[in-house]
Amino acid sequence: MKNGYILELRNIYKSFGGLRALIDVDLNLRHGEIIGLVGDNAAGKSTLMKIVSGAYRADEGKILFNEEEVQIANPKDARKIGIEMVYQDLELCQNLDVPANLFLGRELHSETFFRFLRKRNMEKESLDILHRLKIDIRNPRTKVDKLSGGQQQAVAIGRAVSFDPKIVLMDEPTANLAVVEIEKVLELTLRLTEHNISIIFISHRLDDVFRVSDRIYVLKHGYMVAVKEKLKTNKEEIVKAMFMDVEEQESLQQ
Amino acid sequence: MGNMGGADLYSPMDRKFKVKEYAIFLILLGIFIVFAFFLRDRGFLSLVNLMNIFRQTAIISIMAVGFTFMLASGEFDLSIGSTVALASLVGALTLQRAGILPAVFAALGVGALIGYANGFFVVKAKMPSFLATIAMMGIIHGLARWITHLQAVPVLNKTFTYIFGGGNIGPIPTLFVWTLVVMVIGQVAMVMTLFGRKVLATGGNVVAARLAGIDTERVKWLLFIVIGMISSLAGLLYTGRLHAARYTYGEQDLFTVVAAVVIGGNSIYGGTGTIVGTVVGSLILGMVNNGLILFGFSVDQQVIFRGIMILIAVALSPKGPKE
Repeated sequence: MKNGYILELRNIYKSFGGLRALIDVDLNLRHGEIIGLVGDNAAGKSTLMKIVSGAYRADEGKILFNEEEVQIANPKDARKIGIEMVYQDLELCQNLDVPANLFLGRELHSETFFRFLRKRNMEKESLDILHRLKIDIRNPRTKVDKLSGGQQQAVAIGRAVSFDPKIVLMDEPTANLAVVEIEKVLELTLRLTEHNISIIFISHRLDDVFRVSDRIYVLKHGYMVAVKEKLKTNKEEIVKAMFMDVEEQESLQQ
Repeated sequence: MGNMGGADLYSPMDRKFKVKEYAIFLILLGIFIVFAFFLRDRGFLSLVNLMNIFRQTAIISIMAVGFTFMLASGEFDLSIGSTVALASLVGALTLQRAGILPAVFAALGVGALIGYANGFFVVKAKMPSFLATIAMMGIIHGLARWITHLQAVPVLNKTFTYIFGGGNIGPIPTLFVWTLVVMVIGQVAMVMTLFGRKVLATGGNVVAARLAGIDTERVKWLLFIVIGMISSLAGLLYTGRLHAARYTYGEQDLFTVVAAVVIGGNSIYGGTGTIVGTVVGSLILGMVNNGLILFGFSVDQQVIFRGIMILIAVALSPKGPKE
């Protein structure tokens, strides 16, 4: 580890037909760092994240994980490397309880002909996960649709963390949440770094981005137009980068 | 939340009595008490009558268990009624020529084949199950009429009729044993096995299930085959109980099966799977039917009642996915 980056995206290009979604995009993520990724609608945030999570493949460019080039052809590859994605529209089964969702697709079961679920083991491990992340869900046997939006988001994050990832991508984790709940999700996000997880945090709520990130990347029309240290910038500057052309910004500064 | 050991989860706090979970039993009990009171002079409580209710609901219950699985995965199979008839006829014809075991295999094979075809149209051809299986219903019904030119096939094999719903083990009808076996296997499979979990996940959120690596298409395809075979079993039971195979078996059953599943507390939007509820729902329907007969209502009026009961059950049943 010479440069301290866990993830490097270099010269990423992606087009959909004639539409150029990403043009020569670079991004670096340090160990244990949270970076915010902001931009107007259709700036290319989600496309970039889908490339990292294996849902799309870049037309050109390199992805380096711990300074070694990796191929991420599908979500399985991403998971193997240690990259998890938390989706905006929660990918949970509302009709199932918390352990069932945390263990969805990798249920613990007996190796007999009829594969009996090991429910107690799953419940116990679920409590461990919730406890470790200080997620406040009193009765994990509650069906997920009975939980609040923030609790559901916490379960989704808990599920991602349970794969023991190195990097978690969060796509608008605070959208559609009540104010009280937003703060809880942000605290949870900050807590993840204590578990050696690096995070890319997508949001168009700048307050949230400033609350959690160390650095902020700004995408506009598929170009990465700015990278700022949080402590050396402010909301006004980020908003300008998001919406204004470079000449306009310069003329304003004079 | 200091102590988070596994023991917490099993504290009495979590075992609160939830009226909602037991509502279905209370309704069954309530109807039973009402009928027992008002129909006390008309033989409702006689052992013969109560056994009759069990006999009449048994085959419906078995089909309803299959339908519950289908619905839990978020799909419909409307071809179950016609599968009953075709499996019954194929079973009886094979029985005449080759004996019991080949007959059972032939009948189950018919159901499996129909299920395989249904699965193909829904999973591979991406047709809505509602439409694919209604088309299949027409095809199978036509085949069932055609295969013996509307003639019934008598069944004289006593061993067959004894096993498949005609006999008694001591005081207990074999029909009752079949129902119990299917119900217990169904309940265990739904609640305690990996397969049941996959079914519920598929019906709860098919996108999430697929993202989590569950082969939802395989799950659905398998379910179509299973429900086809369960319908075949129902066909064999009709055949054994009534000592003949007829193309009319199962014709009216779809309506009753759906009613039992919905009254049992299952959501028509998928993702729920209470097998016990379904069987109790079937018992409620059977009991109401029986009561209406004893009260002197006509068959037409009973059908109307059943329709009203479905409407009430749907109105009270779990709502669809939230926006």
